[in-house]
Amino acid sequence: MELTFYIAAAVATIATILTITRYNIIHALLYLVVSFLAVAVVFFTLGAPFMAALEIIIYAGAIVVLIIFVIMMLNLTHEDVDKEKAWLTPRVWVGPAILSLVLLAELAYIILAPDTQPTEALVAVDARVVGMSLYGPYMLGVQLCGILLMAGIVGAYHLGRQKKKVVHRFLQPKEGRSAAI
Amino acid sequence: METAAPNYFLIIGGVLFVMLNVAAALIWVERRMLALWQDRYGPNRAGPFGLLIVAADSIKLFFKQDWVPPFADKPVFVLAPAIVVISVLLSFVVIPFAPGIIVADLNIGLLFFLAMSSMGAYSIILGGWSSNNKYSLLGAMRGAAQMISYEVFMGLALMGVVLMAGSFNLREIVEAQQGLWFFIPQILGFVIFFIAGIAETHRLPFDIPEAESELIAGFHSEYSGMKFGMFFIGEYMGITLISCMLVTLYFGGWLGPDFLPPIVWFIIKVVAFLMIFILLRASMPRPRYDQLMEYGWKILLPLTLVNLMVTAAVVLWLEG
Repeated sequence: MELTFYIAAAVATIATILTITRYNIIHALLYLVVSFLAVAVVFFTLGAPFMAALEIIIYAGAIVVLIIFVIMMLNLTHEDVDKEKAWLTPRVWVGPAILSLVLLAELAYIILAPDTQPTEALVAVDARVVGMSLYGPYMLGVQLCGILLMAGIVGAYHLGRQKKKVVHRFLQPKEGRSAAI
Repeated sequence: METAAPNYFLIIGGVLFVMLNVAAALIWVERRMLALWQDRYGPNRAGPFGLLIVAADSIKLFFKQDWVPPFADKPVFVLAPAIVVISVLLSFVVIPFAPGIIVADLNIGLLFFLAMSSMGAYSIILGGWSSNNKYSLLGAMRGAAQMISYEVFMGLALMGVVLMAGSFNLREIVEAQQGLWFFIPQILGFVIFFIAGIAETHRLPFDIPEAESELIAGFHSEYSGMKFGMFFIGEYMGITLISCMLVTLYFGGWLGPDFLPPIVWFIIKVVAFLMIFILLRASMPRPRYDQLMEYGWKILLPLTLVNLMVTAAVVLWLEG
């Protein structure tokens, strides 16, 4: 089980690095999917099978599909890839690299410092436990998420709503037709 | 569990062997049954009852030129047909065919099935996109929209069963149907899951991503040889999978009167559903794309939500 964890973690790291370094967006997104799958395996080996399943269903199965769906319509060409290459000069990397370095230092501190090691043993968290904690101590968070999603749906409806158009030329209103002629 | 170890590989091998052969055999079964229902002969020349048409078809597919169009995105183009077969075959891992005949008795079996079926959407999207062909792209876009939408109702319809059985484990769901098969209390969920299942496998009447009369062959028009064969086999394994899930979730899985062994009951029920799938293909016209989406979001989604709430209320009431 431990070996599975390390392999999955390595795959996740490599896939994520490839995600940010690919110039072709669809390829980058495919690596992102691989990264999500690997993270799901990590969750599974750490004793959270429910989270692992949700990770695949929601992130890999729905969200990335939607992103790919949008990108497919953009009709990217080789010129776009070249343009992207021109944007990604080494100078762009400096800022994110410094910030990541800070995070890496923190991570190293947590792993290496003796007083920050987790004390309790790993326990498997199944769907029932997740549900109990979501609808127990984290009730407020669930409600807030619900409100946020509702606002998103209402906003999407408002943006996407348009007046019904009659497309057939014989069904157009009179003045519209005379104007067209 | 140690004693079951050698048996384990036997089960994996058995499931793989049976599923791949069922997919191949379905090619013949489908043509013969379509012919029967449409009052014609169907393939009846090669071998007894035309059975060798399966062999002829596979030989033809294997010997066709395996061509990758020069304008295609090659790695993605090659990857796409493999995804559909992998995701469908992985879903069979959690299906309990009979007591003891299950590859992995996962506690999240049902979620695993949903996860794999959502992975299957990638094969259509990537296949259509990497072909670099406008008909393929249209098919891929339709496929993506259709599969994402119908996944929602599929998952929500299954939650009724989960509420009644109190588990995501498919073996426990089957065992919970000892007294009453779930299709009676969950008739609405059953119908919605069935419709969503047809849409997920993009079979007729919901074969909108490949609709040959408007999109040539949709997302797989650039594919030939065994790459096309993978899509083809994946579709047949998909309907086998949906039939297996319908039987497991709503028709008591292996349960049945004692005079036949459990596995036989399972096979009888699955074959019955496969026939229904083929009959649907023979008898239903294809809806328009916007009709399909409207039907899903305006009719099926409210119905599933009502079904879920009523089921939850009844379960709480019976427990309370």
